[in-house]
Amino acid sequence: MAGIPHDHYEPQSGFGKWLHKRLPIVSLAYDTLMIPTPKNLNWWWIWGIVLAFCLVLQIVTGIILVMHYTPHVDMAFASIEHIMRNVNGGFFLRYLHMNGASLFFVAVYIHMFRGLFYGSYKAPREVTWIIGMLIYLVMMATGFLGYVLPWGQMSFWGATVITGLFGAIPFVGDEIQTWLLGGPAVGNATLNRFFSLHYLLPFVIAALVAVHIWAFHTTGNNNPTGVEVRRGSKDEAKKDTLPFWPYFVIKDLFALAIVLLIFWAIVGFMPNYLGHPDNYIEANPLATPAHIVPEWYYLPFYAILRAFTADVWAVQLVSWITGGIIDAKFFGVLAMFGAIFVMALAPWLDTSSVRSGKYRPAFKWWFRLLVIDFIVLMWVGARDTNFPHDWISLIGATYWFAYFLVILPLLGVFEKPETPPETIEEDFKEHYPDAPTAAE
Amino acid sequence: MIRKLTLTAVTAATLAFGGTAAVAAGEGGHIEDIAFSFEGPFGTYDEAQLQRGLKVYDQVCRACHGLQYVPIRSLYEPGGLGYSEDEVRAWAAENYEVYDDTIDDWRPALPRDNFPAVTGEGMGPDLSLMAKARAGFHGPAGTGINQLVKGMGGAEYIANFLTGFTGEENEVAGQYLYENTAFEGGWVSMAPQLFDGLVEYDDGTEATPEQMAEDVAAFLMWTAEPKMMARKQAGFVGVIMLVILASLLYLTNKKLWAPHKYGKEMDL
Repeated sequence: MAGIPHDHYEPQSGFGKWLHKRLPIVSLAYDTLMIPTPKNLNWWWIWGIVLAFCLVLQIVTGIILVMHYTPHVDMAFASIEHIMRNVNGGFFLRYLHMNGASLFFVAVYIHMFRGLFYGSYKAPREVTWIIGMLIYLVMMATGFLGYVLPWGQMSFWGATVITGLFGAIPFVGDEIQTWLLGGPAVGNATLNRFFSLHYLLPFVIAALVAVHIWAFHTTGNNNPTGVEVRRGSKDEAKKDTLPFWPYFVIKDLFALAIVLLIFWAIVGFMPNYLGHPDNYIEANPLATPAHIVPEWYYLPFYAILRAFTADVWAVQLVSWITGGIIDAKFFGVLAMFGAIFVMALAPWLDTSSVRSGKYRPAFKWWFRLLVIDFIVLMWVGARDTNFPHDWISLIGATYWFAYFLVILPLLGVFEKPETPPETIEEDFKEHYPDAPTAAE
Repeated sequence: MIRKLTLTAVTAATLAFGGTAAVAAGEGGHIEDIAFSFEGPFGTYDEAQLQRGLKVYDQVCRACHGLQYVPIRSLYEPGGLGYSEDEVRAWAAENYEVYDDTIDDWRPALPRDNFPAVTGEGMGPDLSLMAKARAGFHGPAGTGINQLVKGMGGAEYIANFLTGFTGEENEVAGQYLYENTAFEGGWVSMAPQLFDGLVEYDDGTEATPEQMAEDVAAFLMWTAEPKMMARKQAGFVGVIMLVILASLLYLTNKKLWAPHKYGKEMDL
């Protein structure tokens, strides 16, 4: 691995030397685990481990659930009840998997907002950020596909509404929707392909995670100060860093244990709190539920989707310019995907010379407002679209775009940032005055 | 019928997400909180209540509602109703008939069979999962904090529904609708069912409508979540083990970092 200078693996035994010449796998594992990590990382940096754990949890529980699940419209719902009632420990596995998705999204949102606050997306970590956004997109797809499999009312109607988004694409929308569904409406063909893809995509995520880790192991971790590790020599780097193993592995595992404690209590005591009661009613194409609500983790973007109705002047303007090709429905779809796309562009939209939000007095407030905006959008996404909810979602959606497209570029020009510490060592010493000068 | 049409229009508007979907407000949807024994992390099923609830289901509800996902054997399995296998075997054979594909004929039910499904004209929805398919008040202001404290409220809904009839009825296009304070929309096609002394409880409990409603609601919570006791137990074991693990990792982490943070070893 390039980047921060550190000790590399030296094979000692005869076998070690033999293997190293042919396949430097031990060296890869050693370098990955012993990577020099900024010693001032705070607790916001633990969510990566939680996310890695979630991926493993979902794959392991998912593979066992598949052994008992039947992807057929007449049997899927009953096979879930078979898992819940007849399979040994099946009820717990299923609840772990169901709530594991929520933990996954809690972790990914905190992880993303951490990156947004500390400027982790900024050069030279743009690729890490982009890969992360891809992982998030695939996660959203996987979560949606998985929610369809129990074949409850929300599964069915959620699938109908979400694939309908693709139907909003001008000219080819209907064809694309039919192609995605495998027929004119959500049916057995849909369930089968969603099942197949729901099994496939987690492995795509696993591959992307490997690239994500590779990318930030090349650039080195960001840290709360946003100041780079000194890399003139090994000794210099050692003043700013400690190896990932054991220092950060143990720290992260401690945090993971706390997170899992809360997670386990939810699974054990209130496993249906985050779900929707309607999904315990078998899918019925003839009865539409009164409110179709996506899972909580899609709500902010669902709110943005619904915010742009035909009465919004911007929508009318775009519709007029494009001769009606972009109508309100398609505008909403573009806004939803656009909301994620502008996040992906953050490395180029943020013009500030200072990386960490800790030293940006104005940015701090705009960022806090963004977090509040996200929570408000999540809340309003589950409400009906009457007044005042329509206005709240429109204002919320507008701020989301304004933050990335207007505020981030302008702040870099107008804001007068504070001066970050010279080195990570200096920052660490500020917290721990008794810290020894040079790590051995 | 008008109400149904309005409802359809509302859902159509919800689907066409560009529109301004309205939620059919109005009457109904009123759920009173009831203290059930199975609520909260320490809550357990009350075996006697479940047995009473089974009796209400068996003598009243089953005429129109099935329990197609519930295996009869779960009545005597751990976390069940506390009957013995022989009692359940005899009871099932006497009370239920199931259609058996292998002999192409009806036969008395065995413990390995599920409760029968009940389908056909005028029959009601299956009740196996009803207590999880309904919820109480998700408030305030759609935040769900109420449910975090008091539970999802499916059993509350059922008990409130069964006692929520006002006595008003209405004929719409040849179909009778009955006013109900718990039912969303206020009017439901099921007639009131529970009357004083409708069943005779084996344990001598007085069979008031409220009593029967709560008993059958508890029973339906059990049919929806028969493994609740095992789940909560696994929850406790896991939480305790994770507390121990987290404590050990906390100390390990502290000791590990002490020389780098404070320049000295940690005193334990």
